[in-house]
Amino acid sequence: MSHFLIVGAALFSIGLYTVFSRKNAILVLIGIEFMLNAAILNLVAFGRYDRIDNEGQVFAIFAIVLAAATVAVALAIIINVYKQYKTIDPDKIKDMKY
Amino acid sequence: MTSLIIVSVLAVAVLYLGLFKYKTALLPVSVTGLLAAAAMAAMDWDLEKMYFSEMMLFDNYAVAFSILLILTTLLIFGLSRNYFEKISNNVAEYYALMLFALAGGVVMVSFHNLAMLFIGIEILSISLYVLAGIRRKDPASNEASLKYFLMGAFATGFLLFGTALIYGATGSFNLAAIASSGAFESALFRAGVLLMMVGLSFKVSVAPFHTWTPDVYEGSPGLIAMFMATVVKTAGFAAFLRLFLMAFAEASAFWAITVAILCILTLFAGNITAVFQDRFKRLLAWSSVSHAGYLLLAILAVGFSASSAVLVYTIAYSLASVAAFGIMILVSRARGNDHLDSFNGLARTNPFLAFTLTLAVCSLAGIPLTAGFFGKFYVFKVALAQGYTWLVVLAVINAMIGIYYYFKVIIAMYMKENANAVAIQLNPGFRLVLSIVVFLIFLFGIFPGLIANIL
Repeated sequence: MSHFLIVGAALFSIGLYTVFSRKNAILVLIGIEFMLNAAILNLVAFGRYDRIDNEGQVFAIFAIVLAAATVAVALAIIINVYKQYKTIDPDKIKDMKY
Repeated sequence: MTSLIIVSVLAVAVLYLGLFKYKTALLPVSVTGLLAAAAMAAMDWDLEKMYFSEMMLFDNYAVAFSILLILTTLLIFGLSRNYFEKISNNVAEYYALMLFALAGGVVMVSFHNLAMLFIGIEILSISLYVLAGIRRKDPASNEASLKYFLMGAFATGFLLFGTALIYGATGSFNLAAIASSGAFESALFRAGVLLMMVGLSFKVSVAPFHTWTPDVYEGSPGLIAMFMATVVKTAGFAAFLRLFLMAFAEASAFWAITVAILCILTLFAGNITAVFQDRFKRLLAWSSVSHAGYLLLAILAVGFSASSAVLVYTIAYSLASVAAFGIMILVSRARGNDHLDSFNGLARTNPFLAFTLTLAVCSLAGIPLTAGFFGKFYVFKVALAQGYTWLVVLAVINAMIGIYYYFKVIIAMYMKENANAVAIQLNPGFRLVLSIVVFLIFLFGIFPGLIANIL
């Protein structure tokens, strides 16, 4: 059990680091996917201790579907941003002033 | 439950209407459908029904917030005539996406299982990522969409991981089972609560997770920003409170101090930054951050009629925001931008608009005789009943800072002159919605008992 948790926590941390360090919206997206998949892995692992069968697994499927929907929208947004700015570095896309 | 089905089917129906080019039918169909959904929601009152093997619970809390969300969307649709047509040719998508987002909001206020909370938040967020970037040729809109997406998806990661940890600690997603599991001492559970708190804080723009708010509000089209400030914020806080009320209330000794710190940070970050804004839309965005701080006060006081306080506050805040954003749209369309100087002389050219905006910002600032005063009053009252006197003192100081920046726009309208200002034309939809809002702000400001005793 603790092996799953360690892998999950490691994946989550890798994702977090990727989100903060990368200069490319696609790679940030990959980091976010790491975080989501870490959570999904944990859900499936914890499902073993549930009183109801497969509750964790069903949640995991829902999470995967929603993550896929998010990625579809995200890629469309990134393509649009690229058309406007000719870059997908989130740090360079700041026309608005504080 | 029927209302949720109506809203979802309505969204699909609106998409089909757009496909077959019945553009004139979009607004009437949406409005009729929403009225029906609100009526069906009202019929669930006092029934306390569970649906889908305890996935959702339509108690009075869910019904009251569902009706609030649906009626606010209705007000926004009332302003949307001829608005979306100016942005693009595919108008049906706006209505459909807003209705999908509303369906997500209804799920968020009626969940009884962490799975439904997650799904509701995702339905709401994914629709909004698209809506924020719906002006495809406008760089600012694209930037808003990208920022909102990156922040929102990042927050989703935290939310999902927190959900997984709570599931591991308690062995269930069901709110009642979590509340009765007695696993509140375990490190797994505590980490889960904190991670879920971070995720939800992103969604409702609580400091220090609020940095996306001003940019996203500014870049999005005005009506979408209005939708984010009213419907999304209401749904987010209703979900936040419902989760902490029904699942984590027993563990409040542990998370209360964190929420108190978030509350102070949010209040000061929102109010102090708002003072330095000279564009009205950004000012409203920062003020929406500060309102998140006041609402956190109520979450601190779970159990002591906190849901009633949050309901009153969100009603007052939604009404005032609809008026403020609506007039901001009119002024920036007529005078080119939403700089505070654009409001100069509005009292002379459009007395009705100036009066409505004055009332709206008074309500946002919490001046007596407006609904906003009682919103703040009840929130402070429940926080005081829980013994958070020091926090209420800080919140009152912040409310006074708020009065300063809200009155800048009133001063611009009434004291400053603009020689070449011309009167702004109002279409009937705007006139009707603004009149309703003025009436309701006064009504709830004078008879707060009408809404204070619902829950």
